[in-house]
Amino acid sequence: MSRHVLSVLVENTPGALARVSSLFMRRGFNIESLAVGPTEIPEVSRMTIVVNLDELPLEQVTKQLNKLVNVLKIVELDDTAVQRELMMIKVKIDAQTRGQVLETVQLFRAKVVDVATDAITIEATGDSGKLNAMLAVLEPFGIREIVQSGRVAIGRGSRSITDRTLRAVPGSSVAV
Amino acid sequence: MTESLANPVVADEPAQITGAQSLVRALEHAGVDVIFGIPGGAILPAYDPLFDSSIRHILVRHEQGAGHAAQGYAMVTGRVGVCMATSGPGATNLVTAIADAHMDSVPIVAITGQVPSGAIGTDAFQEADIRGITMPITKHSYLVTNPDEIPRVIAEAFHIASTGRPGPVLVDIAKDAMQKMTTFQWPHELALPGYRPTTRPHGKQVREAAKLIAEAKRPVLYVGGGVIKAEAASELAALVALTRIPVVTTLMARGAFPDSHELHLGMPGMHGSVAAVGALQKSDLLITLGARFDDRVTGHLPSFAPDAKVIHADIDPAEISKNRHADVPIVGDCKEVIAELVLMLHKQADEDGLVVECDAWRAQMLALKAKYPVAYDKPEAGLAPQKVIERISDFSGPEATYVAGVGQHQMWAAHYVDFERPRQWLNSGGAGTMGYCVPAAMGAKVGTPDAVVWAIDGDGCFQMTNQELATCAIEGIPIKVAIINNSSLGMVRQWQTLFYDSRYSNTDLNTGSEEIGALRIPDFVKLAEAMGCVGLRCETEADLDATIEKAMAINDRPVVVDFVVERDAMVWPMVAAGTSNDDIKVARDLAPEWDEEVL
Repeated sequence: MSRHVLSVLVENTPGALARVSSLFMRRGFNIESLAVGPTEIPEVSRMTIVVNLDELPLEQVTKQLNKLVNVLKIVELDDTAVQRELMMIKVKIDAQTRGQVLETVQLFRAKVVDVATDAITIEATGDSGKLNAMLAVLEPFGIREIVQSGRVAIGRGSRSITDRTLRAVPGSSVAV
Repeated sequence: MTESLANPVVADEPAQITGAQSLVRALEHAGVDVIFGIPGGAILPAYDPLFDSSIRHILVRHEQGAGHAAQGYAMVTGRVGVCMATSGPGATNLVTAIADAHMDSVPIVAITGQVPSGAIGTDAFQEADIRGITMPITKHSYLVTNPDEIPRVIAEAFHIASTGRPGPVLVDIAKDAMQKMTTFQWPHELALPGYRPTTRPHGKQVREAAKLIAEAKRPVLYVGGGVIKAEAASELAALVALTRIPVVTTLMARGAFPDSHELHLGMPGMHGSVAAVGALQKSDLLITLGARFDDRVTGHLPSFAPDAKVIHADIDPAEISKNRHADVPIVGDCKEVIAELVLMLHKQADEDGLVVECDAWRAQMLALKAKYPVAYDKPEAGLAPQKVIERISDFSGPEATYVAGVGQHQMWAAHYVDFERPRQWLNSGGAGTMGYCVPAAMGAKVGTPDAVVWAIDGDGCFQMTNQELATCAIEGIPIKVAIINNSSLGMVRQWQTLFYDSRYSNTDLNTGSEEIGALRIPDFVKLAEAMGCVGLRCETEADLDATIEKAMAINDRPVVVDFVVERDAMVWPMVAAGTSNDDIKVARDLAPEWDEEVL
């Protein structure tokens, strides 16, 4: 099995997310991460789905996704794509550890977004390797709470996966 | 017109109508001539304008019946069948039929009422999230809360249901959307950017397929229901005429190619003919047309057709290489694919001198077909169920439509009815829905009122949905029902005989005669009469022809014939579940002798 990052463009309609996520469940495919948000085209949303699958089930899941009427386009991003996750971590501090934690924040180019006397909340962005490394360093101080976004990813270079979707819209009308 | 009178000043403005009126008008625009349904609270607004519509509404007795009737209508006409139900239990009663239509790619549109939009999500009376419930078993679905969307949604629903790989589409409409005022405008085009079925095959793939066909020594045409859906029977006939390659037709494809054709080897699969199963197993090339390598066809998948390369043509790309790897995948409509393939084979023969040569293989398969015809032993006592079905077919001919439920009688009907034309055969293939038969036959008769429609049902299946006989009697839908009554859940009983040491746990239905110690509950003849049908009974072979003739003569009412048959008859041939097709048995403990000569 290997990890695949799928960018799925869907019509921005109610139920589209439910359709996509329930399809994974009922066909027995596990989602590692799913992030969804708007794109530069108001009618189109973009999902970034990370799955851990063999080549054959991946082909099947892509084909099944394509059958969904609200799914416009599926692109598998390769390893060169820029991939990011956002994590917020609440870490215990005291007078002694505070400096060390702040040093870690700087080391990983993270940000402090909230401070209390006994805890700080750190916001960090990066690929999962960086975030895991940071977590490992922070672990000994005592992690009180973590929240993490799904992964988002975008291909490098000038090519866009959405521009052709826009052009496809008028051409795909069906005369009745 | 009352609409223009209501707005005499602004004649150019579209008239204000209710969402319900818009719905009925949209259905009329979509070409609907009949709806099967039952009214109830949330769908009630739609039933008022429906009262004045040219659309015929057939009031069924259970929503499942409405769903199967819509399927039956769609299967015989090739058009979209429509069923309608109210919210909550009305909608959930449609679920089985929707699932069935999804499995067998039947184009239906299910319209359900939903509680008012403000009440959605509050566990209101008769509220069910039917769109959520049916999400995995519909091709697409809608929840409409804005009445202005009704015409567009209906137009899209019919388009999606009937194009590409057909399937069920659900349109759930909130009650207030039907009550609010709106204007009607039928869309001239549909914007469905995410829905683009590929119908035209790729030329390169067709060329590759033609090349493989010319190279093959042991080719078989593995024909599925897609050929019927695509109206591709004549193209298939041309392909066979050109190549003389033997044909097998799956349960969903019976009638796609005439049974009477010498190159037709029969139905493959768990209860397939020896020749059809054997041909697939020993083939070196499966030319798969609109079939999906269902487990009931392949048996144990790794040992299925082990030496065969695969050409797989289907309109649904997700079917290709799903179960079995396709060496040459072709995405397209079977009608276009086969026509292109015939052209390519002609071209290949003219330009490169490549022709299909499989004389020895064909002869071998025809010998197998002659040696192992699908046949049954006459029982020592009682009526043979296979004989009943054979005679019904003899009397009614291929012009009649045959609808089956699920189980032994279904398999016997698949074997012993003479199938000569597409849309002659309706059954629940993928889902295996007991109870499909009577309502589907009702829908089929409504779709083709001039055809004789035989519902060949089992005593178990019949008891699930026979209340639609009341609908048939009242609405003037004279179907003919043949209950193949073996007083048990026959197929389950057969498995108990074979695999559970004849321990008949909960399979005795007691619908048989006293002779076998059964209670004859219910008495099907009385039941038929109570429903306004003619009830007949036949218990001996001596009475068989006369009974069928009598049933054939009654055309003003539905007829139900209780054929009390011998209960130990089994369906043969059989490949036990999960085993290899190589282990097919023609009777208990009797394997065919394969010709060991490998071509």
